[in-house]
Amino acid sequence: MNKKIACLKDCFYDGICADNPTFRLMLGLCPTLAVTVTAENGLGIGIAATFVLLGSNSIISLIKNFIPAQVRIPCYILVIATFVTMAKLILQAYFPLLYTKLGLFVDIMVVNCIILGRAEAFASKNTLSMSIADALGMGCGFTLASGLIGAVREILGAGKLFGYPLLGESFYPAIVFILPPGAFLTIGVIMAFLNRVNRVCEKKLTQT
Amino acid sequence: MEINFARIFAIVISAVFVNNFVLSRFLGLCPFIGISRKLDVALGMGASMTFVVTMSSIITWPIYHFILVPYKLEYLNIISFILIIACFVQLVEIFVHKFNPLLYKALGIYLPLITCNCVVLFVTLLNAQDKLNFIESLVQGFSAGIGFALALVLMTSIRERLETADIPRYLKGAPIVFIIAGLMSLAFLGFSGLTVLK
Repeated sequence: MNKKIACLKDCFYDGICADNPTFRLMLGLCPTLAVTVTAENGLGIGIAATFVLLGSNSIISLIKNFIPAQVRIPCYILVIATFVTMAKLILQAYFPLLYTKLGLFVDIMVVNCIILGRAEAFASKNTLSMSIADALGMGCGFTLASGLIGAVREILGAGKLFGYPLLGESFYPAIVFILPPGAFLTIGVIMAFLNRVNRVCEKKLTQT
Repeated sequence: MEINFARIFAIVISAVFVNNFVLSRFLGLCPFIGISRKLDVALGMGASMTFVVTMSSIITWPIYHFILVPYKLEYLNIISFILIIACFVQLVEIFVHKFNPLLYKALGIYLPLITCNCVVLFVTLLNAQDKLNFIESLVQGFSAGIGFALALVLMTSIRERLETADIPRYLKGAPIVFIIAGLMSLAFLGFSGLTVLK
């Protein structure tokens, strides 16, 4: 039992650090970059993606034995599309403001490589509990990454965080960060920084 | 159905330059980062992409306007569009494989990959959302493909040069590609002064 829990924990943490979907696997970048103008949007799309991942991963791991191998991709896409439609309708009903900001990028999650990738690489081979742990880990990793990018862009581009002024009057915001180029620059620099952190950590590990 | 040329011109300019699907709408980034290494491959990908996105716009338009809208099933657009696109790409693959094996070999793995490209789905959904008519949808699909191909070819040409450049150690690989994309996007931002589409 303990071993199983440890296994689930591993699955969960892998999604956040070692296999972070955005910074390590570089999957599902389109929504991450497109909507992360503010930290709130970033968290919003992350939570929506987590919901879809959780649904699709658990359903697919339940029905994996009934799907013929040749038509598995269309089946996965169908399951994912159902959950994306649900997420979209929920957002429209309860968070209309967020929905207008995210717009079509919620719909686009159907073809998001993280969700399809996890269905194909993980849920179709593992048990229900493992798939749920994986979905939660991946979802959290994705949410953290898009929240982080959103926060950096919001602070630099507008001087705010979650809509609250952070840097005072004297700060002159660099508007380019809330425009499209800022997204590319932000993710590039964050990735370079993580590369460096990784290199330093590895060095320490080999020394000890 | 009347054709409004000014509007069509506006759609072309908007899709290729002002709102370039890769550089200002962040769609289709996976192939943009992954495939932009060799120029001939990039050209092949751009061409097959343009073909698929144009054809998908043509096919999904009647489905949306003659089936989903009359029966008030608009919320099913995601599911139906993605199925149509997947089936269509499969069909194209079979046809090309049968009638032109040479082209099939050249396109290789890119054809099936296009199913999962956000540009295709996004364009079809955008056509439905903006209530474009048939000709406009077709034009929007085609110019989205051209915009994608343009960005991909530009990126590939830069990356071929980059092979020999001296890049800081931690920027090697993906980070430098993103920073280049950022600079290209900055250049394309210059087009946003052209407000042709209200």
